[in-house]
Amino acid sequence: MTVRVKIPTQLRQLVGGLNEVAIEGAATVGELIQKMGADHPQMLERILDENGDLRRFVNVYVGDEDVRFLEGLETSLEGQTSVSILPAVAGG
Amino acid sequence: MAELTQLRCKECKRGYEISAIYVCDFCFAPLEPQYDYEAIRAGISRESIESGPATIWRYRDLLPVSANATPVDLGAGFTPLVRAHRLAEQLGIDELYLKNDTANPTHSFKDRVVSVALTVAREMGFKTVACASTGNLANAVAAHAAHAGLESYVFIPADLERGKVVTTAIYGGNLVAVKGNYDEVNRLCSEIAQSFDWAFVNVNIRPFYSEGSKTLAFEITEQLGWKAPAHVVVPVASGSLLTKILRGLDELEWTGLIDGHETAIHAAQAKGCSPVVTALEAGIGHVKPVKPNTIAKSLAIGNPADGHYAVEAVRRTGGSGADVTDEEIVDGIRLLATTEGIFTETAGGVTVGVLKKLAERGAFASGGPVVALITGMGLKTAEVLGDSMGPTFEIPPNMEDFQEELKLQ
Repeated sequence: MTVRVKIPTQLRQLVGGLNEVAIEGAATVGELIQKMGADHPQMLERILDENGDLRRFVNVYVGDEDVRFLEGLETSLEGQTSVSILPAVAGG
Repeated sequence: MAELTQLRCKECKRGYEISAIYVCDFCFAPLEPQYDYEAIRAGISRESIESGPATIWRYRDLLPVSANATPVDLGAGFTPLVRAHRLAEQLGIDELYLKNDTANPTHSFKDRVVSVALTVAREMGFKTVACASTGNLANAVAAHAAHAGLESYVFIPADLERGKVVTTAIYGGNLVAVKGNYDEVNRLCSEIAQSFDWAFVNVNIRPFYSEGSKTLAFEITEQLGWKAPAHVVVPVASGSLLTKILRGLDELEWTGLIDGHETAIHAAQAKGCSPVVTALEAGIGHVKPVKPNTIAKSLAIGNPADGHYAVEAVRRTGGSGADVTDEEIVDGIRLLATTEGIFTETAGGVTVGVLKKLAERGAFASGGPVVALITGMGLKTAEVLGDSMGPTFEIPPNMEDFQEELKLQ
């Protein structure tokens, strides 16, 4: 199963300027991030904090839902085809 | 830009050159403008401010614009600080003031932030401005864009109050209704901002935009005779306004305009969307997002961008927080109108409801000026009052009927 991951401008330089990458065979959001990290090592510390949790100011959406309303990094990707990473600081 | 030095990450403190960016490339935390306060201190005085225009631009030395920028200015700011004797008596508060920001050009405090944001956007050469909005910001962006001759795209939740749709659409920009709640509109705008070269006032221009809220702290202090209040009650949506009240008070101190401040800052939210108050009451720093369900749509941000910093600011200043039900919001609107003659929208109802709650808890017992921020005007959300508003009685046009009705009342 392939999941297309939308990359925010702040991280594009880490993935060769791409605005989207395809990740194969990740069962959860956490696995997906680890797989991205395997290809692009600097990615991990930008998305995850020192405890391995999502950074406070990073939002990850599976489909249209914020994973903080789902199971966080444990959120299943079964049947999902798109994930978006976005800065959390906007609005108001 | 005169005394503006850089944008700095609020978490890891990395510095960035002044441009239309809003989060740290490294940790995604918000960026905040930094100024050379020593240089500002040397050139600013109470007298220099008092001789300036009766708008937010009397504080331009402390706003993120260049020395020769022409403000996009409809006259936002320097709104009345009203001594509220009758409401104070009802609530058992010694010295109460209302900062009446319904008196702004489009009738909410958002005119302050937008006047700054559009001035910066124009300086940066943007031709199109945009925003995600719960209504008040929509009004302010559409109006200021019209005034400045900029193209505008305003994104709102499709279920927004009719009053806020009309008061945006009239200015003639593009108004996009999105079938989703505010947090979803916001997320969409974050994505659009990555692909379009537009000045999204509360996305890529957000560090500059937010600075406009400091002017509320400046004005309140100046209007109290250059004395910081003892307490401020602030409605919280994204948390930006609350954090900038503290920043504004700090800056008055750093530039020598006041000796210091001991202002306790209190957060006001609706029960149907109270992630900041929940974190305050739980004693934690982490603000857990919620799905909003409240009539106070202008405060219905379930995932507040500055929620964490709002919690920090309340704790640092020894403030507190409280939330109110939809019924208490409507009661708050009516209480303010009937005691003080100010008609506020639902966010103001939240502020007044929380003011009442905090007074009952004894939060203001130490005395000193208490200031409540009335951030928006009541006609925009008149439908929450339902059918209860109408004539006291209806009569034919003759004296006998009038006298008869008076007896019945």
